Amino acid sequence: MLDTQPEEGYTTADGRKIGGVAMEMRNITLRFGGVTAIKDISFDIRWGEVRAIIGPNGAGKSSMLNVISGFYNPQEGEIIYKGYRRPRMRPYQVARTGIARTFQNIALFEGMSVLDNIMTGRLNHMKANIFQQALWWGTAQREEEENREKVEKVIDFLEIQHIRKTPVARLPYGLKKRVELARALAAEPSILLLDEPMAGMNVEEKEDMCRFILDVNDEFATTIVLIEHDMGVVMDLSDRVVVMDYGKKIGDGTPDEVRNNEEVIKAYLGVTDD
Amino acid sequence: MSTTAAQDIPQSVPGLLARNARQFGKRTAYREKEFGIWQHWTWAETAEEVRAMALGFLVLGVERGDYVAIIGRNRPALYWSMVAAQSVGAIPVPLYQDAVAEEMAYVLDHCGARFVVAGDQEQVDKVIEVQGKVTCIEQILYLDKRGMRKYDHSSMNWLMDVQTEGRAAAQRLGPELDKRLAELSYDHTCVMLYTSGTTGKPKGVVLSNRNIIETSRASSEFDKLKPGDEILAYLPMAWVGDFIFAIGQAYYTGFCVNCPESAQTMMTDLREIGPTYYFAPPRIFETMLTTVMIRMEDASKIKQRLFHYFMAHAREVGPKLLDGKPVSLGARLKYGLGNLLVYGPLKDTLGLRRIRVAYTAGEAIGPEIFEFYRALGINLKQLYGQTEASVFITQQPDGEVRNDTVGVPSPGVEVKIAENGEVYYRSPGTFVEYYKNAESTASTKDPEGWVATGDAGFFEDSTGHLRIIDRAKDVGKMADGGMFAPKYVENKLKFFPNILESVVFGNNRDRCVAFINIDLGAVGSWAERNNIAYSSYQELAGLKRVLDTIQEHVETVNESVAQDEMLSGCQIHRFLVLHKELDADDGEMTRTRKVRRRIVEEKYADLIDALYGDKDSVYTETEVTYEDGRKGKITATLEIRDARVFGAEKKMAAE
Repeated sequence: MLDTQPEEGYTTADGRKIGGVAMEMRNITLRFGGVTAIKDISFDIRWGEVRAIIGPNGAGKSSMLNVISGFYNPQEGEIIYKGYRRPRMRPYQVARTGIARTFQNIALFEGMSVLDNIMTGRLNHMKANIFQQALWWGTAQREEEENREKVEKVIDFLEIQHIRKTPVARLPYGLKKRVELARALAAEPSILLLDEPMAGMNVEEKEDMCRFILDVNDEFATTIVLIEHDMGVVMDLSDRVVVMDYGKKIGDGTPDEVRNNEEVIKAYLGVTDD
Repeated sequence: MSTTAAQDIPQSVPGLLARNARQFGKRTAYREKEFGIWQHWTWAETAEEVRAMALGFLVLGVERGDYVAIIGRNRPALYWSMVAAQSVGAIPVPLYQDAVAEEMAYVLDHCGARFVVAGDQEQVDKVIEVQGKVTCIEQILYLDKRGMRKYDHSSMNWLMDVQTEGRAAAQRLGPELDKRLAELSYDHTCVMLYTSGTTGKPKGVVLSNRNIIETSRASSEFDKLKPGDEILAYLPMAWVGDFIFAIGQAYYTGFCVNCPESAQTMMTDLREIGPTYYFAPPRIFETMLTTVMIRMEDASKIKQRLFHYFMAHAREVGPKLLDGKPVSLGARLKYGLGNLLVYGPLKDTLGLRRIRVAYTAGEAIGPEIFEFYRALGINLKQLYGQTEASVFITQQPDGEVRNDTVGVPSPGVEVKIAENGEVYYRSPGTFVEYYKNAESTASTKDPEGWVATGDAGFFEDSTGHLRIIDRAKDVGKMADGGMFAPKYVENKLKFFPNILESVVFGNNRDRCVAFINIDLGAVGSWAERNNIAYSSYQELAGLKRVLDTIQEHVETVNESVAQDEMLSGCQIHRFLVLHKELDADDGEMTRTRKVRRRIVEEKYADLIDALYGDKDSVYTETEVTYEDGRKGKITATLEIRDARVFGAEKKMAAE
């Protein structure tokens, strides 16, 4: 084990409780034909922490996230989740185990309202069959009310009441990102995967997003795994950082440790070996 | 009569609450949209919530005469905290939630607040920030739990936890609370409100239960407010108007106070609630109208024509119908059809369909904006008031509504005009004192209870309506002894979209002259539409056709000023269009965009001389400050125009 923290968890300086290991990647290797996207990577994610994955373009960060979300199945290695080895799963099955995500390129239903988009995040919590839903009868009605309540709490939390009924297509980029986060949150995940949540945002939008991410982590104790390019954001937000380069892990530790890691500096600043 | 009233009416806001819980316990008292649904509380429930909170305050050790500061957006629980504070004999002090920490520090320190009720984390942070300087604060209570978990709670509580504690202590502290409630009388302080203080430090205006309840009674009866009326509480809680509408009148008559979901959803919430009683500053009515006009531009041709056709009819007939003046049957029928096709749906969209009484105040409202709402059949009226009067000094009765007056004295209010034109009033609502500021109290309120408003105005002989013309200190005299009220004329000029700003001179002179600033947006787009090329503001401002248009505007204003016997001397004889915009960076305006008359007068002395001279043009050099702080100089030759003045013949003849 690389980490120096005790197995049963610890409390951070700002008073958040970090628990034991939630998910562990063991020797993950992912290939696309002859290209190896991820080479023998191992790291773990603890309950309640904000875990960042950083690295230059093409380092394999998004692939790693896709492995966690079950979109890709690695050729080698195993994922231990909640203490058990996770079998091969389809993404929707992974989603049902309490993992939700946002996408690098916004993947919302543009023609639907914000509310409806967020409601889709509750899909895994709905059990009524198609006939009940079509007639809005029995289970369907009760479920809709319950789920709507959950969705409204998320809307309140992310302060998007004013766009509740607005079609997503009419929203500016920053708000769309927030709606995506809302949809992921609506699923009440135990682990939330964020793929570049701040890409393309202006400073103010970034600040808002940072606050929301921290609040989510703080209020719901949601474990957050995020990919981000903005180093300032990463260093401020995360408890631990994994650094990738060319599909390999070149660093892992607290932001301070990573900042002073020579290999990381080399990958980022391009120091020549002489 | 007043004695019987005093016997019937409970002598405090908590007393009114108890009465409401008894009389109409099942009626809705508060609504707030949360989680997308309107949550509601009846008067009986409200009474229970307030009592629990008051008991909680006793648990925390709130004493009689303590000051409890309340900071946050309009939410039922914050209103309750004010009434709960009153219940235990403390005095609520609502603060502006957008105040920066230093302003907040001054007020908190000045009133010596021991307890602060804050809406959310943002407000708590500000209070914590000033706690270094302001040492009187003992406990912070907050309403929104979000983000608060990690704070040190040794002197901090969630407001709902305080209520829970209060409920638990009901038996132990109930008798103490009842004792304190029984002590409350008309002479106890109801609330302390800080005036925004454009000059100097804010002053704490102490308003007694008598002030608030008597004013609420008179004004509620004036407009026949009743239980079942609905208002939307969205204006700052620290503003006296909000206190009167959402607490005073609401508790007196027992109508329902609706709180919006968030600041951004105000317009949607307005529409969902459809208030029957509504107050908004002119700016909000203006924004609404602009939105309507912009959206009409995007509508289909048929809809546009329908809209313009029926609006033209409404402008003619609508206000008359509202005022109960005779209107022919044909016009009535046509108005009915318009109501079906245009006015009704439009009012629905705006959320103004159910309005019985709407008020605007604070500054002058443009006549066309005012008329637009009146035409739609919305009973929009004006009132004139200030914090020291518990709002109401004058207001317009139904059927006597005009754009240029502020109405007749409110019931129970005496108004007199001093020799220099300043408006004085005396009323049951007149404030007790400025807190810890006997000097200001004495200079504002004389021993007989007359309060100087600082505004100059006069009563119209024919109607008995008061008209406010200017700040008293800006009002001067013309050389012939006539009244000189620059702002009155400037406001008239500014109602033209083409005119951004104007400065009228004439104090101690024989006639008035004016500087005009064109509005680059409005004039620029006019130029674009007419294929008129220009390269700079200066060039645009000097174009002959622009000057012609401005001259027309000036003459229109002169014509309307001439109607006023007292002010007809303020007509503009000569004017020029300035070559640069008056700018705060150059010190010509305040940061809130109010013209600094004195400085403009000094800086452009050469132009004023020219206006009082007889030349047609004047050459000038002006120093300007760029946004990066560098200084530069612009030169220009400005054309001076003579404007036609009206009604001068009569005067000549009289002489």
